[in-house]
Amino acid sequence: MKNKLLILLSFLLLWILIYLNLNVFTDFIVYSILGMQRNTHLTDAVWFFVFEVPKVLLLLTLIVLGVGIVRSYFSPERTRKMLGGKKLFTGNVMASTLGIVTPFCSCSAIPLFLGFVESGVPLGVTFSFLIAAPMINEVALVLLFGLFGWKTALLYMLTGLLIAMLSGYIIGRLKLEKYVEPWVYKIKAGHLEIAEEKVPFADRITGGIDAVKEIVAKVWIYIVIGIAVGAGIHGYVPENFMASLMGKSAWWSVPIAVILGVPMYSNAAGIIPIVQALLEKGASLGTVLAFMMSVIGLSLPETIILKKVLKIQLIGIFIGVVATGIIIVGYLFNLVFA
Amino acid sequence: MNIIKVYGSGCANCKRLEAMCTEVIQENNLDASIEKVTDIQEIMKTGILSTPGLEINGKMISSGKLPTKSTLVHWIQDNIN
Repeated sequence: MKNKLLILLSFLLLWILIYLNLNVFTDFIVYSILGMQRNTHLTDAVWFFVFEVPKVLLLLTLIVLGVGIVRSYFSPERTRKMLGGKKLFTGNVMASTLGIVTPFCSCSAIPLFLGFVESGVPLGVTFSFLIAAPMINEVALVLLFGLFGWKTALLYMLTGLLIAMLSGYIIGRLKLEKYVEPWVYKIKAGHLEIAEEKVPFADRITGGIDAVKEIVAKVWIYIVIGIAVGAGIHGYVPENFMASLMGKSAWWSVPIAVILGVPMYSNAAGIIPIVQALLEKGASLGTVLAFMMSVIGLSLPETIILKKVLKIQLIGIFIGVVATGIIIVGYLFNLVFA
Repeated sequence: MNIIKVYGSGCANCKRLEAMCTEVIQENNLDASIEKVTDIQEIMKTGILSTPGLEINGKMISSGKLPTKSTLVHWIQDNIN
């Protein structure tokens, strides 16, 4: 236990040291080791790449470790217990928030949906959870934070939460239970008593480290590509290349971004290279974030999975409500970031 | 005969867990059979909310997690006869 804490502390210290001195390291690599000339396009691009890759990876490691430790306190079973019997509005707020911290993989969408509904969590509240869980995740937030600053990350999280709450609330108010496949309500689910054993903090740290290994192994390549794209087009593609197509003045850009984004499916990291390239070239923030939300929040494969338990009408309403929410958020961003 | 059941409807992690169980059993020469349960009704009966679920001799060990190999070895060795 003491050992683990010590390792954690020294890791944090080392992390801070490297993070604060990244530009020194970058200068050293670019100018001394590579011997590049200052103030050329190529040098700028290389500098950007050498600086950003470790920066984003460092941020990712720290946040995933933190989130991994926090997540060890939550489980879908416990979340369900908390949501059982909650009223519509309160339930939606709680479900969306819990969606961020509860470990969830969209491949478990069906058992989770069945388990929630069967145990009496209202349909709309269940939807709030299912919307928030994939859309707002630590990888998306870290990447937005690392590449575009904390304001973008915070806004993404808050508006994502809002969409999840309101969409779930609307679906709840519309009383759409009749569009759930009838067998769902007849299902006899077992009730697993989760052993509430005390997990030592050292194990939670280990869990966090496992999460870091798993996630970094999965997403590092997308980060490298994303930053390479960013560095590559830095001085080469005309600055306002995308502005007329996806800039603020193009009012149609937000709905089109969402319509394009819904059938596409990618994890948060995979979409970042595209986001980076679009933003860099003059596409507006609202349009790009709307695109990103619709790609990771509304995915065709997940919807097809849900077809097993939901009738097509409800799937249609679900997509419609969430897509509308994302479009509104897109316009809002474009308006605020004038 | 020990029975290990892996619950899951075919997601990547479920397949990995099943493969890992097979590995552990072969490497350690254990007397156990592995069953894959893909039927959603059967999965729901166990009460788990996330897949893959791992059950050893009727006891649900974990759900929604892909353990490391060494953790899995512990789980299996602690729960079979």
